[in-house]
Amino acid sequence: MKQKIVSSLDAAVADIPDGARIMFGGFGGAGFPNNLIQSLSRKGIKSITAISNNCGTRDGELGIMFKNGQVKHVICSFPGPHANHFQERFAKGEVTCELVPQGILCERMRMAAAGLLGFYTTVGVGTEVAAGKEERVIEGKRCILETPIHADFALIKAQKADELGNLTYRLAARNFNPIMAMAASTTIVEVDEIVPVGSIAPENVITPAIFVHRIVQAKGLHYAG
Amino acid sequence: MPDKPRLTREQIAQRAAQELPDGAYVNLGWGIPNLISDYLPKGVTVYFHSENGILGMGPRAKPGEEDSDLVDAMKVPVTLIPGASFFSQADAHLMTRGGHLDVAALGGFQVSEKGDLANWKIPGSKGSGGIGGAMDIAAGTKKVIVCMEHNTKDGAPKIVKQCNYPLTGIECTDTIVTDLAVIDVTPEGLVLREVAPGWTPEEVQERTGAKLIVKGEVPEMKLG
Repeated sequence: MKQKIVSSLDAAVADIPDGARIMFGGFGGAGFPNNLIQSLSRKGIKSITAISNNCGTRDGELGIMFKNGQVKHVICSFPGPHANHFQERFAKGEVTCELVPQGILCERMRMAAAGLLGFYTTVGVGTEVAAGKEERVIEGKRCILETPIHADFALIKAQKADELGNLTYRLAARNFNPIMAMAASTTIVEVDEIVPVGSIAPENVITPAIFVHRIVQAKGLHYAG
Repeated sequence: MPDKPRLTREQIAQRAAQELPDGAYVNLGWGIPNLISDYLPKGVTVYFHSENGILGMGPRAKPGEEDSDLVDAMKVPVTLIPGASFFSQADAHLMTRGGHLDVAALGGFQVSEKGDLANWKIPGSKGSGGIGGAMDIAAGTKKVIVCMEHNTKDGAPKIVKQCNYPLTGIECTDTIVTDLAVIDVTPEGLVLREVAPGWTPEEVQERTGAKLIVKGEVPEMKLG
């Protein structure tokens, strides 16, 4: 059996290089890989492109990466009312930002996951997000072309992993995590619990193990942001 | 001369709540729409949807019973009603864009006479702004109700011929509920359906930046 379980958070992120494109799961305080983010920041990574719904809550979630000046570009839907570190760097021009409608952010990642090269949508037609995009009419509706968002790594949070990497999520902490797990070249998951193969009933698996490359147990290491 | 009393934000929410049919799947946006769940008419059950992957949200969680993994799109700890479900953010927006939700109530900065909506960014504002789920919701939901004050604090109309704020979506608004009126966006233009208690159609028109179509007698809103 291929060994996906990694012994420490630091080991799980050790090979992520400067300049990497990295997806980060989480929404509304739920389902953020906070422990992996802390390890990534602590190792002193630089110039990453971050793909995430928002840009942190003060020092918490992705906030620490912006505080330390480790992000050069972010693709997100809603930086958030408490993303002060992001906004400070954005105002100084130290980080650039592409705003994407939230559901389109999901679908562009799903395109990358699915090996598709784009889709047309009515979302954003006639707005700032349509700038520079091909527009056409399908079924009588104006629509714009959206292209995939790829990533080298996804850092995600799940509740349980079995030793193969089959994942379950708790309540609404699922959000972006299963999408990012499928979209990135290498997916690293922090979980509350690692259980033996066969412990998760096949019909309860949300993210199949094929999408998961590294598993690290992080319960009890919770970082209070 | 000071204006007559207008509806409060709570009363706008209360009037908008009357637009929700029994059994509807509903998304509520930031601001006034977020108050609507407190004013559902008796005997009406609706299923609240949240962009982070919940269908069947119940009331806010009581103090001491919050669970940080169970929050709505505004990060507020919530509860579930029997029959609720969880799914990913992609499926949550498949529901918004794909026309599976019956009603969405959104806040607004401006609505045009064609139903264009601007609600995500104030021109000239500092910072990045943020779109969130509004563009997906506006584009795909069967019925979009915009809940807002009729005028800005300076008295400028928020219902206008053409929006000059950054747009959220074009021709996406079906009904506007304000502190002065209920207005339907139709192919002929904006139809004044109801006025706030004590207000006349002429007074509402004076405070509106686009032509309102008046068909016969316009009743006053009933807030029961």
